[in-house]
Amino acid sequence: MMNLADSAPATNNMLGSEADSQRTLYPYVTGTSVIGIKYKDGLLFAADMGGSYGSTLRYKSVERLKSVGKHSVIGASGEISDFQEIMRYLDELILFDNMWDDGNSLGPKEVHNYLTRVMYNRRNKFNPLWNSLVLGGIKNGKKYLGTVSMIGVHYEDDHVATGFGNHLARPILRDEWHENLTYEEGVKLLEKCMRVLLYRDRSAVNKLQIAKITEEGFTVSEPYSLKTSWDFNAFKNPTLDAEGSW
Amino acid sequence: MSRFEESAPARGGFSYDLCKRNEMLMQKGLKPSSYLKTGTTIVGLVFQDGVILGADTRATEGPIVADKNCEKIHYMAPNIYCCGAGTAADTEAVTDMVSSQLKLHRFHTGRESRVVTALTLLKSHLFSYQGHVSAALVLGGVDVTGPHLHTIYPHGSTDTLPFATMGSGSLAAMAIFESKYREGLTRDEGVKLVAEAICSGIFNDLGSGSNVDVCVITKGKREYLRNYMLPNPRTYVSEKGYSFSKKTEVLLTKITPLRELVEVIEGGDAMEE
Repeated sequence: MMNLADSAPATNNMLGSEADSQRTLYPYVTGTSVIGIKYKDGLLFAADMGGSYGSTLRYKSVERLKSVGKHSVIGASGEISDFQEIMRYLDELILFDNMWDDGNSLGPKEVHNYLTRVMYNRRNKFNPLWNSLVLGGIKNGKKYLGTVSMIGVHYEDDHVATGFGNHLARPILRDEWHENLTYEEGVKLLEKCMRVLLYRDRSAVNKLQIAKITEEGFTVSEPYSLKTSWDFNAFKNPTLDAEGSW
Repeated sequence: MSRFEESAPARGGFSYDLCKRNEMLMQKGLKPSSYLKTGTTIVGLVFQDGVILGADTRATEGPIVADKNCEKIHYMAPNIYCCGAGTAADTEAVTDMVSSQLKLHRFHTGRESRVVTALTLLKSHLFSYQGHVSAALVLGGVDVTGPHLHTIYPHGSTDTLPFATMGSGSLAAMAIFESKYREGLTRDEGVKLVAEAICSGIFNDLGSGSNVDVCVITKGKREYLRNYMLPNPRTYVSEKGYSFSKKTEVLLTKITPLRELVEVIEGGDAMEE
């Protein structure tokens, strides 16, 4: 006797059966904001070194700024394991480009476009790489700075940020960024933004790196911390003249 | 004996009568009211002689700007003002109500109102409504005990701070405060910083816009600077206006009657119904 129960699948699961489901549903280990700006000789990026596991600051030496080929820098916020996967894709991309050995090399614009396609296509398959990326570089004197989100939203600008950086750092950059910032001015501006983020973003850690890319190449600073000031008189005794309130 | 459980007179404290009904509604899919940071940037700052409050002037109804130039800095007492973010009706009503209570209290005591009084009246009212009165306030003033600045959240919690921001534009304004605030600011420096913070909200937050209102409160004096800055003027106004001049030429006049004239014959038969 034919067993009717076996003849047709009971579920019509459009997103694939649960057994082999390996889609990213939520992020686990996350990095917070990245900021990128153009300056006179190239581009500057800042990111702290924190990897949060939910509300715990689990990892404090995560490098979230990496170089890509000879001309570009990538910074990532969001799921760290997905960033590591993206680095594998990019390493393969650069390797294949080098194998052509034709004297040409992928510039930041090309890498940005590649990343956009990858992120968007993953999003279409409901299996996103849970990252917001900052991608910038300089090739043949032309500076390029762009960003890609986990759903494939991409654009380029003179200054970009991910996550909380959009709300806290972009307003400052819109006021104080200008063309032809010197290296010192650029670092000072980035530190100003990172300090506000340190005060007001709960997942920020006081250990950051600044990355620079110019025609000469890529450098990333040693990790260092920012000076913060918590000694307002009003913080020492907030309810001095308002007894009983909190 | 079971009659005792029914209508017991209210003896103060919380009444839990509606809890079962609320749970039933939640099960049916009613979402509980969540904290909304609605379109506004409001800020407050303590400087060396007193307190400065600032606010934008845009009132939104979803994606539409309902009022381009509304007043968000409300009068509480001659020496106390309050900025309000959240549901406009709630901020208006709650500040009006506490303002009247303060006035009656002034008559009763014969003294100038204190900021902590306004603070306590506001926070106890908001707490008793468990966050349903959606008013997020920045309360500032100068009284006998000195200058004070407080923030009050819709659920009734308060903070006492040297500088504060509330509303959807609060992050943009806070970025300016965190990078530029220092203690012992003069009046002009304070007003400049407040205006900068509100402008940051106006230009970087979609829920805030139009003009900057500022209110400076010092011992014995307050300056309500309505529309202190107008950074969004209407740039393109047509000089010609919208009256269209008569340039029509009459080419032909023809009158066509729309109905044919019917001849009524005297003594004829009545028309068919």
